[in-house]
Amino acid sequence: MSVALPVGTYGTAFGASGIANGFTVLQTCLLSLLLFSGASQFAFVGVMGAGGSALSGIATGGLLGFRNGLYALRMSQLLQVRGIKKFIAAQLTIDESTGVALAQEERGEAAMRYGFWATGIGVYISWNVFTLLGAYGAQALGNPSAWGLDAAVPAAFLGLVWPRLIDKRTQLIAVMAMVLAVLLVPLVPAGVPIIATVAIALIFGWRSR
Amino acid sequence: MTSVLIVCGTCYLLKLSGYLIPDSLFANPRFQRINTLIPVVLLSALVAVQTFGSKSALVIDQRLAGVLVAAIALKFKAPFPLMMVLAALTSALIYRI
Repeated sequence: MSVALPVGTYGTAFGASGIANGFTVLQTCLLSLLLFSGASQFAFVGVMGAGGSALSGIATGGLLGFRNGLYALRMSQLLQVRGIKKFIAAQLTIDESTGVALAQEERGEAAMRYGFWATGIGVYISWNVFTLLGAYGAQALGNPSAWGLDAAVPAAFLGLVWPRLIDKRTQLIAVMAMVLAVLLVPLVPAGVPIIATVAIALIFGWRSR
Repeated sequence: MTSVLIVCGTCYLLKLSGYLIPDSLFANPRFQRINTLIPVVLLSALVAVQTFGSKSALVIDQRLAGVLVAAIALKFKAPFPLMMVLAALTSALIYRI
């Protein structure tokens, strides 16, 4: 629960961001209900809102959703779920639920499973309630620039990437991705500058140092 | 609307795949390293493009001030909502002046 509340306020930001990027309240809420992975959702609406093609929006969202598949590998060993519960567990497999489950490691598997379900369900509820509030709020406000929503969106991405910049090498990779993306903006269609930076991840991930 | 549903479906299948696929497939450390870096490069690129991009042009405007304030807030370990509010306030103030 202690994780679910701050995530909820972040859901408000997503709701506002969906509207600021030209999506309807219904579409914004569907993304939170069905996609349910913050980074992918922000990226999808951001790329599409900037005039990117549907394909680049989906590709960026999908690439950011890839890590959930890897979390799911770990969580499937832990949860040992069958039938319908497997499909529910899949939807709840995100940064927060996996993180809380892994943090309970020394307390044993029962505590880890409880951590996964409690966090997953808690975050699901608050994320969706606050998305709805944020979407309606932003719709009432009108011009996104007048309320600073245009800066809140990149700030949200910065907040998402910040905890991942754990060492000098990763920070350097982040800066290179920023430079490459900015240089590409005038040259290629919207959305492509974002996806192109995957090349940097491939090059630097290929070698360990 | 179609693209909304497709991206939702894609991301759900990615989550589900972890419960259906044998895990040895992704155990390769090279694959793991690339997977750790993918969110780093994509999110960094999104910060940059959303700060400077305006259609296919690059501009410096109120958003940059907002993002810089956000970076300072994160540096001082400000909680997420506070960081966002500070960024929005800064940007809105400059926009309205």
